[in-house]
Amino acid sequence: MNVTLSDAVDLGIRLFALFNVVALGAVSLVWLERRFLGRLQGRPGPNRVGPFGLLQPIADAIKLMSKEDVAPGSSQRLIFYAAPILVFVPAFVVWLTFPLARDLVVRNMEMGLFFFVAISTLSIVGLVLAGWSSNSKYAILGGFRAAAQLVSYEIPIITMILVVAMLSGSLDFVSVVDAQSRVPFILVVPLGLVIFLIAGLAEVGRTPFDIYFAESEVVGGPFVEYSGAHWAIFFLAEYVNTFVLGILGALLFLGGWRWPFGENLPQLASVALLMGKAYFIVLVIFWIRGTYPRMRIDQLMEVAWKWLIPLSFALFLVTAFQLKFEWPWWILTIMSLAILAVPVLVQSQKQRNPALALAARYAANAVVVEAKPRPSPAAAEDTPPATSETAEGTSA
Amino acid sequence: MGLILFYILGGLTLVAALGVVTTRNIVYGALFLLVAMSGVAGLFVLLFAEFLALVQLLIYGGAIIIVILFALMLTRTTDFSVATEHRRWPMAAVISLALFGLLAGAAIGDSGDYNTYQRSGISIEELGKGLFENWAVPFEIASIVLLVALIGAIVIGRSGEEEGGEGDQG
Repeated sequence: MNVTLSDAVDLGIRLFALFNVVALGAVSLVWLERRFLGRLQGRPGPNRVGPFGLLQPIADAIKLMSKEDVAPGSSQRLIFYAAPILVFVPAFVVWLTFPLARDLVVRNMEMGLFFFVAISTLSIVGLVLAGWSSNSKYAILGGFRAAAQLVSYEIPIITMILVVAMLSGSLDFVSVVDAQSRVPFILVVPLGLVIFLIAGLAEVGRTPFDIYFAESEVVGGPFVEYSGAHWAIFFLAEYVNTFVLGILGALLFLGGWRWPFGENLPQLASVALLMGKAYFIVLVIFWIRGTYPRMRIDQLMEVAWKWLIPLSFALFLVTAFQLKFEWPWWILTIMSLAILAVPVLVQSQKQRNPALALAARYAANAVVVEAKPRPSPAAAEDTPPATSETAEGTSA
Repeated sequence: MGLILFYILGGLTLVAALGVVTTRNIVYGALFLLVAMSGVAGLFVLLFAEFLALVQLLIYGGAIIIVILFALMLTRTTDFSVATEHRRWPMAAVISLALFGLLAGAAIGDSGDYNTYQRSGISIEELGKGLFENWAVPFEIASIVLLVALIGAIVIGRSGEEEGGEGDQG
């Protein structure tokens, strides 16, 4: 094992550059989310600090840094302050193996996909410890929820990563992207991206799945007692993880820097292509946040254990058959769409047009009222609105 | 370089392992266990066994420690001032010393067979082929043992629930 000084310096420069890219990416997401949500909700979003409010995240960061950093008196101080670091470090370390272009990577590993899986699970420990060490009921509840949610949704996400690894025959990100030079995996296994995105949302704790720090239920969950810079680290880690989800989706399913052009582009264009795809996925995530309300915790567990895990296992088996018998790739597309149709059909059977059903119920009630002449008390009840209407009409 | 890292990681692992058994706070014990497991993962990396290192992190760091913490979160922070004092500790000491002696004897007895200076990693393809071709049956048996343990845990947990009282958490 020979490590020369130039190797060390090279690694240092790469790490420094990576840290800046990740931090800038996360900060850009903060700005993007606020602006984009603003547009979705018909309001401008932050637009005072700098052009288009671009400096708003920096102003926020300065505010957070200068705030008082309070720890509850009954907290386990050491773990309380270590927990944000335990959450943030894995979120950053997984970036070591993400290639942003063919040769633009800190360390390309033969087991890159597996490295991501192994490291990203460690951040759960930080969340659980944050909940426990705060010595607060809400924080403990949030910690429980975080552990249950993140452990459950890890299974489908790992299975989807396995499916991608099977299709490309490698655990190496560069090979995975090379395998998609003609057909990206989103066309081969559309169901894979769907499961990956849903489970990924839950892993990151974005809105339909923000159960473990739900403000209206556990008032911030594990983060409830944190303030100032330590809270900012959790916040930053959440956005770094969202960015990870975008990059990972782009690399694993959207063809990274190769599809749709096929050959390797110049480095800058590769990075731009990959980042474009990653930001597209991130915008979809923000869009989902702006659209759907939070799920209940039982619904969350049902989605994971009754739907995502069986579906992902089914997709895994189908992929194995496709590879074993060397069917053409579009057969896998059809089969994965067929698997995707199962939950759609079941769910639509279960709640077929709830609005129409509600309307039909009202209509049935209305018919009853009209068909039978009602007894006098009901008639007496019916009259006051009519009189008030006429009274209004006459007064106007 | 490798040797320095070995001593750092080995020392970290040993100190953390000592911490697991000496600390009075059970959550700190779980954390020390995490550090010890990570140290072992680091030692695997030094042996060019990257796959084992990542598995170590995933299984122990990502799964087992979280499950342990999940159970420990039900405890209060001050409950365990005397948790490590137990009447049967001499028996535990004898058993663990015997186990240590057995493992150390095996390791030292076998060490002549291995060349510790020229090592290189094997690729993940070789590892997978070895696991699923040469060692497929033991691998499957290990899976079945785990599955049986899982079902057993559920059965034990459920029977405690039906009797009306929560099982004693030992």
